[in-house]
Amino acid sequence: MDNIIQVEGLRKTYGTTVAVEEVSFEVRAGEIFGMVGPNGAGKTTTIECLEGLRKPDAGMVRVLGVDPQRESHSLRERTGIQLQQSNLPDRMKVWEALDLYSSFYPRTADWKELLGQLGLEEKRNAPFARLSGGQKQRLFIALALLPDPQLVFLDELTTGLDPQARHAIWDLVRDVRARGKTVFLTTHFMEEAERLCDRVAILDHGKIVALDTPAALIRSLETEERVVFNVEGALPASFAQALPGAVRLEVQGGRVVIHGKNGRQAPLVSEVVSLLSGQGILFRDLHTEQPTLEDVFLSLTGREMRE
Amino acid sequence: MKSLLKMSWMEAKLFLREPASAFFTLVFPLMYLFLYGAISGNEPTPMYNGQRTIEVAIPSLTAVIITMAGLMSNTMTMATYREKGILRRLQTTPVSPLIVLVAQVLVIFAMTSLGMLLLIAAGKLVYHVHFAGNAFSVLGGFVLSSLSFFGIGFILAGVMPTVRSAWAVAMVLVYPMLLLSGAFFSVEILPAAVQKVSAFIPLTYVVNLLRGLWAGEPWGQHLLDVGVLTGMLVVGVVASAKTFRWE
Repeated sequence: MDNIIQVEGLRKTYGTTVAVEEVSFEVRAGEIFGMVGPNGAGKTTTIECLEGLRKPDAGMVRVLGVDPQRESHSLRERTGIQLQQSNLPDRMKVWEALDLYSSFYPRTADWKELLGQLGLEEKRNAPFARLSGGQKQRLFIALALLPDPQLVFLDELTTGLDPQARHAIWDLVRDVRARGKTVFLTTHFMEEAERLCDRVAILDHGKIVALDTPAALIRSLETEERVVFNVEGALPASFAQALPGAVRLEVQGGRVVIHGKNGRQAPLVSEVVSLLSGQGILFRDLHTEQPTLEDVFLSLTGREMRE
Repeated sequence: MKSLLKMSWMEAKLFLREPASAFFTLVFPLMYLFLYGAISGNEPTPMYNGQRTIEVAIPSLTAVIITMAGLMSNTMTMATYREKGILRRLQTTPVSPLIVLVAQVLVIFAMTSLGMLLLIAAGKLVYHVHFAGNAFSVLGGFVLSSLSFFGIGFILAGVMPTVRSAWAVAMVLVYPMLLLSGAFFSVEILPAAVQKVSAFIPLTYVVNLLRGLWAGEPWGQHLLDVGVLTGMLVVGVVASAKTFRWE
């Protein structure tokens, strides 16, 4: 079974509001698949249809080969779920939560090991209410990994976390993939999707507007690469003509920005560097600026505020 | 089965860690018992057909415990679990909603029983109360009364949209019930008009049944109480299951 998730023509409406429609995609075994989109684009509706928490109005959904509506019980034994918003009782201790949830599954990972892997060893006896946001999130990831699932759903997993906690959680998710599991996640951080996901679907107004690897999505944007550096003094007037890969050159004081042409094989940066050293020009702080997934996202979904 | 036991044990620990629920179920009724003891002295009272006030207080305060645990604690726990997404987290696991409800019933029932046992122990040790009834009859009446009341909590938690509104409705129900059912002071001392109102208060039937059985009256004298409470139990079970929502 290569496709862990298969979705065709998914549609879900709430009253007269169409949350998602015509959504089709598949998730392959062993990948981290990300779904990004503005608030209200339908990410959570989609993930909840996959989890069996919501019933689609139309379309075909198969998760681990079964219909989540019909076989929710068997599916819940084989999937790990982290919800966007959920809680445990305030006075429940970390170890008690893991111990209790272990009793729900026929087969589980060792929760004592999970405590260590998620850095919660010291918080073992802490009540849920006393945990920080990052610790709560790690506990929820531990609960999601508890059934030793083939597939893990992570909905907005790093929202509200500080950069340290976010990076630690990214490492955790990569670990999960390294153990052969498949991850389906939603996020509204483009950096998170770009760094973490093998493939990304961009959802807008309930429809998938793009789906590919982050690198391919960025290439498809056809935005040029830019080379930026500082020079002492002025550049020779002929400098731009000596660069076949450049379309435009901007100079502001000592700062130079060279815009490259699209679709060229040779990287602009090596042309620039060899020209600079060939002409004996001193330069500092040279770097290239690549378009990011965020640029792709904004070009596809527009810049107007949502909600 | 394993998850039911674990969940019940967990809920029991959480109940005892929650100061308000532990206080109102276990400590508050005892305080009232000692208060009655101090006020009434320990002599037989004609109003209670020769029973002492303290002997009437034990079954009456048991009715108070049933109300506090079944209506207040139960409503608040279930409404909070729903509002905070605790039930939703459970919904993502293979655990059945029945296990969640049964564990809650077991724990509230255990805590109510513990509250009653504390009253009986205090009554025996401090006031040497005389028990004229049949222990099994009292136990039976207690089980029926408790279970018939727990349903109200589940229904309130299921029907009310938020914890705050569930709490408000529970308060509105609890206070008149406690005052007019005879749980705190006997209906016999209230004006006749108010006594009529007490016939519409479900807790009145709990107080009548438990007091009667405690005093050794036969079940036959309490068919109305048993009928009303059985009806509440049936409605409670059906409506609790119908109104249960994960979110």
